[in-house]
Amino acid sequence: MTVELVRETWPGKIFAVTIGATASEGGTRARTVTVGGHAALPFLPGDALSPNRPVVAMEVMDALPQDWPEALKAQLGDVCSSPADWARKCVEAYGAELICLRLNSPHPDWMDASPDAAVATVRSVLEAVPVPLIILGCGHADKDNEVWPRVTEATKGERCLIGVATPENYKTLVVSCLADGHSVLAESPIDVNIQKQLNILITEMGISPGRIVLHPGNASLGYGLEYEYSIMERIRIAGLQGDKMLAQPMLTLSAEESWKAKEAKLPEAAQPAWGSESRRGPAWEAITATSFLHAGADILVLMHPEAAAAARRAIADLSAAAATA
Amino acid sequence: MPLTALDIYKILPKTNCGECAFPTCLAFAMQLATKKVAIDACPYASDDAKATLAGAAAPPIRLVSVGPTEQCIVMGKETVLFRHEETFYHPTAIAVRVRTGGSPEELRAAFERVKALQFDRVGQEVRVELVALEDATGEPDRFASAAVLAAEMGLALVLVSSSPDALSAAASAVKQHRPLLYAATADNWEAMAQLAKSCGCPLAVRGKNLDELADLTVRIAASGVTDLVVDSGARTPAATLQDLTQIRRLALRKTFRPLGYPAMAFATAGDPLDQAVQAAAYICKYAALVVTDELEPWQALALVTARQNVYTDPQKPIQVESGIHTIGAPDESSPVLVTTNFSLTYFTVEADTEASRTPAWVVVVNTEGMSVMTAWAADKFNAETIAKAIGESQIAERIGHRRMVIPGGIAALSGKLEDLCGWQVMVGPRESAGIPAFMRTQWKQASAAASS
Repeated sequence: MTVELVRETWPGKIFAVTIGATASEGGTRARTVTVGGHAALPFLPGDALSPNRPVVAMEVMDALPQDWPEALKAQLGDVCSSPADWARKCVEAYGAELICLRLNSPHPDWMDASPDAAVATVRSVLEAVPVPLIILGCGHADKDNEVWPRVTEATKGERCLIGVATPENYKTLVVSCLADGHSVLAESPIDVNIQKQLNILITEMGISPGRIVLHPGNASLGYGLEYEYSIMERIRIAGLQGDKMLAQPMLTLSAEESWKAKEAKLPEAAQPAWGSESRRGPAWEAITATSFLHAGADILVLMHPEAAAAARRAIADLSAAAATA
Repeated sequence: MPLTALDIYKILPKTNCGECAFPTCLAFAMQLATKKVAIDACPYASDDAKATLAGAAAPPIRLVSVGPTEQCIVMGKETVLFRHEETFYHPTAIAVRVRTGGSPEELRAAFERVKALQFDRVGQEVRVELVALEDATGEPDRFASAAVLAAEMGLALVLVSSSPDALSAAASAVKQHRPLLYAATADNWEAMAQLAKSCGCPLAVRGKNLDELADLTVRIAASGVTDLVVDSGARTPAATLQDLTQIRRLALRKTFRPLGYPAMAFATAGDPLDQAVQAAAYICKYAALVVTDELEPWQALALVTARQNVYTDPQKPIQVESGIHTIGAPDESSPVLVTTNFSLTYFTVEADTEASRTPAWVVVVNTEGMSVMTAWAADKFNAETIAKAIGESQIAERIGHRRMVIPGGIAALSGKLEDLCGWQVMVGPRESAGIPAFMRTQWKQASAAASS
């Protein structure tokens, strides 16, 4: 018999957000990355072909947390003291499509680095790699508000994605992004309504809803994955149903949360039944991130090269044209 | 799809005889539609009408069980496409492939490795529950004895063979353990259906595509075998995901009976990490059973964790018991930590406190399964509830000090809490990862100051 397939059509569409700008667009990037633009749930081309597949960004930090996992040091130890070298390795050796630069050092409890120093770091990374940048602040509101305007100015025209805007602290970031032509990464604590409210506040300041990417919370495999998964799925469905304040591409910072899990880093000697920690850590990161693909994640930010490579293979496999599509 | 009162009215006698105790057939139909009465109340209902009603009452995805009674694995009977709409009910069963080619010792070792793939996570025992025993040689005796060995070792089975003879030998030998027979295809479905019927075992059905699959299940069901698990034949991630989605949509949105069965998927990647990533995708998206290559512990741990997450009921967060919990062997000078009864919160606090190597008391407040900040926002984790929990726990009788540590996120309520219970309230870290540092510094200083 011929099975009549159930196709879903949606009234809404997810905004397409382009990160990076080439020389002809006023920037210096060799290529740009566009995410979103979907008219269907992920990997269902029979419902609607998606113009943009999800992408893998790799995270680079300007200062390492004290308890940075050994498994990451083993992979990245030779470059992790220089954000430019680290970024270059991610792009050249590991095929990162974007670099997500996290500016930890300005945090007052960390190194209290100056906005000038942050700007110098951002410049060095821009020069080191041809790919577009995502730039994250240190999370200390007052300090971020000193650093952000300087960073957006220094990268004017590069069309970076800069974050994170939170309900408690978004105005300075939005004004700076608006002035210098960047997009905003808007974060909510695993809550659809707060995410929507934040988007309303941000767009009321004049930034177009097509220049926002959502970061709906942090969770990892075994530690709240299901919450973030369902929030992303609900946001994506609401966006497809026509809610323009939830119709943005989504990003997940999977590395940081995954490596907090004891399952990712406990040595095999301490927990023999869990098997090799050198495989377990990257697997924890990769499965956290790739699970979110099915809930609608558009940008996976990863750290371990094996996790990044596995995520890229998964995206390619899932996006391949299928015989039964 | 449930029948409406009008649908039902059309198949009733329409005589309004009243013997069902309702004045008209339409009134009776309305009662039937809401399942308040049974069709048996009508003495004149045709067999067709009864069959139609019985069919409509059947779940859109059939419930199928595999494995021996004491470790029965239940699949199917899912009700939604997205877990936030309700919940996913029957966690994806994981079957790891073991081929029969090797010696009995090698087989035994492989079965032992599968049995070892069990873990304790947030208070639940989670494991890989099935072996997909694959007939590598086509020898009936050899396949049967391998199946018997696996069954004796307590493993539930999927029996995989393209030889009906071999499958018959193995199925007969272990039929009381209710293995899933894999697989009926267009070439052999009659023999396979007969075998499933004679052994009383569930049967997997493989089509070349959804069209052929639907044809096969209709024929097999008509022959009287209805405990089926369906395989669309897809072997790439993209095609598998699309087919699993269509099977679920057709069953739930269209009550399409030919595909209203639990669906199975195969992880086919050569790389072990890719295998795990594929299997996790099928766990997220609708597989009732996923077959993988043999799994290393690190793969299995990640997969059973993903499954536990995805199949957690969103309406019922896992909770731990409220009251006093101990970490290590705390004594009267040990710290008292306060947290919520949301299991994830508790278990992270537990893990990080263990990591601090400081024995501690933990007073768990009943926050109805909410995490710290959610419970605080919902007013379930406030000065009153904490003071009450401290009082009810009678922790004061077990310690010599009066200092409690609250999560950093709720620092704002420390003053009120001190007023309410008269304890010194110390503000701990916002994230439990900061507990070891907190114990090393602030707790140590506070207890030293108190004892000097």
